[in-house]
Amino acid sequence: MKQIVIISGKGGTGKTVITGAFAALAEDKVMVDCDVDAADLHLILDPEIKQSHIFRSGVTAFTHKELCEGCGVCKTVCRFEAVKDDFTIDPVSCEGCAFCSLVCPQNAIQMKTNVSGKWFVSGTRFGPLVHARLGVAEENSGKLVSLVRQKAKEIAESKNYKWVIIDGSPGIGCPVIASITGVDCAVIVIEPTLSGLHDARRVIDVVKYFNVPAKIIINKYDLNHDMTKKIERWSEDNNIQILGKIIFDKAVVESVVEGKTIIEYSNDGVTKALRNIWRLLEEELDRTN
Amino acid sequence: MIISIASGKGGTGKTTIATSLALSLSNVQLLDCDVEEPNCHIFIRPILESRNPVSIPVPGVNQDKCDGCGRCQEVCAYNAIAVVNKEVLIFSELCHGCGSCTYFCPNDAIEEINKKIGIIETGRKNEIQFAHGKLDIGMMMSPPVIRAVRKHINKKKTVIIDAPPGTSCPVITAINGTDFVILVTEPTPFGLNDLSLAVEVVRKLGIPFGVIINRSDLGNKKTDEYCVRENIPILMRIPFSKKIAEIYSRGDPVVKELPEYREKFQGLYKKIKEIKTG
Amino acid sequence: MKIAITSSGTTLQSGVDPRFGRCPYYIIYDTENDSFEAIENKSSLAGGGAGIQAAQNISDMKAEAVITGNVGPNAFRVLSAASVKIYSGATGSIKDAIEKFKNGEYEETTGPDVGSHFGMGRK
Repeated sequence: MKQIVIISGKGGTGKTVITGAFAALAEDKVMVDCDVDAADLHLILDPEIKQSHIFRSGVTAFTHKELCEGCGVCKTVCRFEAVKDDFTIDPVSCEGCAFCSLVCPQNAIQMKTNVSGKWFVSGTRFGPLVHARLGVAEENSGKLVSLVRQKAKEIAESKNYKWVIIDGSPGIGCPVIASITGVDCAVIVIEPTLSGLHDARRVIDVVKYFNVPAKIIINKYDLNHDMTKKIERWSEDNNIQILGKIIFDKAVVESVVEGKTIIEYSNDGVTKALRNIWRLLEEELDRTN
Repeated sequence: MIISIASGKGGTGKTTIATSLALSLSNVQLLDCDVEEPNCHIFIRPILESRNPVSIPVPGVNQDKCDGCGRCQEVCAYNAIAVVNKEVLIFSELCHGCGSCTYFCPNDAIEEINKKIGIIETGRKNEIQFAHGKLDIGMMMSPPVIRAVRKHINKKKTVIIDAPPGTSCPVITAINGTDFVILVTEPTPFGLNDLSLAVEVVRKLGIPFGVIINRSDLGNKKTDEYCVRENIPILMRIPFSKKIAEIYSRGDPVVKELPEYREKFQGLYKKIKEIKTG
Repeated sequence: MKIAITSSGTTLQSGVDPRFGRCPYYIIYDTENDSFEAIENKSSLAGGGAGIQAAQNISDMKAEAVITGNVGPNAFRVLSAASVKIYSGATGSIKDAIEKFKNGEYEETTGPDVGSHFGMGRK
């Protein structure tokens, strides 16, 4: 069983569309949407929710005003600017350290468990999908990402599936780290822009830091041939394999609007490129057994 | 006025809008708070004037004073401290720098050591005052670096904050307390899905906001319908243009290559001021 | 002596759970009087550092050995400092695991099995 994550550093490069394509092309797989604070994969996989669970993470301070004597010690110790002038707590800024709660001489501050979101196991036309929805303005510590990944891994192991295909999120912080650790391959989607290359470099540094093998897909490559060449040279210099290049095609947006993967929508350049990319990825990962 | 630019979905055009606005107005400060993947500097090309580390205070134990009582481990909310066989083990990557362990140690055996997690660089380009933060590779949490960038807010200027994508803590830290939020979206199902999440966030924070629809002719009408239903002002529409995509891909600012956009962004600013006062 | 076994349930028929930090239960087996008790693992709710907290709990309970599937680097560091012997790679039922341990079939683990963060490691 192999785990693949699709990330990019920069947002909007095509991670979710490519994850959807892999879902359509791979056999015997589980999909996971690890972009938990802006999940989109379900929009093209049309999931039927089979299990729904509440996700609890961390605690938030809460002041019982009737017990508060207004001494203000809580405000002096809080490093996250979460204690307001009236000594009630701003739940958005509170990081749950409980320092205020411990120092309050009246025991007026209680730490309450957060219901931070929900996670789901669903069925789709391509197999099971594990996905989640982090609550509005909640902390994205990576715990929910780890949870959905663990569930997907359990499903894959119990059904003897071959692949776990993970849609990652933009950035390089804890949610991304939680989605890449322990995978067999991180597929980096790069668009041929200066920003795209800049951001990909940073996420590839993170991938290397956690000892995960990386491969590259150049998406919308015809928007700037010079930048594409630059990325190709950089990849070669850094010994990272390019799985393939995909052309820019408005059909991709059309397929998303229709709620389909691009593979189902058209048989043109984008689909052909993705078929080749998937085949190559499969071969590469089968080899490293 | 402090204007922040956020989106929900990544890649919708936040940085393009932020840099275009900064280059079209006068008396401006641009703060790039997307500390995981900062891009504004690519387009603004500021001359950097300072570079300083951002650190969080993590505990360091003085073995001579420590008697292994374990109080530090009891108060740590993040499992960043373990005390076994009277030995104190610190896991600094989990530490939030709250200071609780230092305070509660009965033997005064803990002091705070600065752990570097990123850098802040400041500079200028012509009239634009600039600062950005960069989270170090392998570090987990961006909010402390974002807070450090925001410390540079100069209220005498029109401050533009480029926020990270998403809807969770990094975005909140970047936009909380600003005067107006521009939400940049694309008219696709992904764009709309994430826009509605971002709208929930901004409403929870109680900040007035408006929407810019980028690549406005690539997608469907649902985003427009959503904004009308929700009474959200659509501040600007930018149709997809291969020319703009190409300028962007080279790392060049749009308003420099297509100066007619300068007026459009000045108009955007006027509209925002009207909404704020109206 | 007491050994802690990561478990998916509360009985000897339960399966060994592969995750040290986030298993639902620990079975604490006492070799001296052949008794056991099931303890709920509170660390499974932790945001981060579940392995650290779990290792701390195991040490506080004075267990001298742990039998589990995988141990991450943070938990490994704490267990080693606490002089708790680690036997990883275990599968099957709790009953089987106890038998194998008594027969000396387990080899002590000398390094973390899983390479990285949040207990999700490479195989």
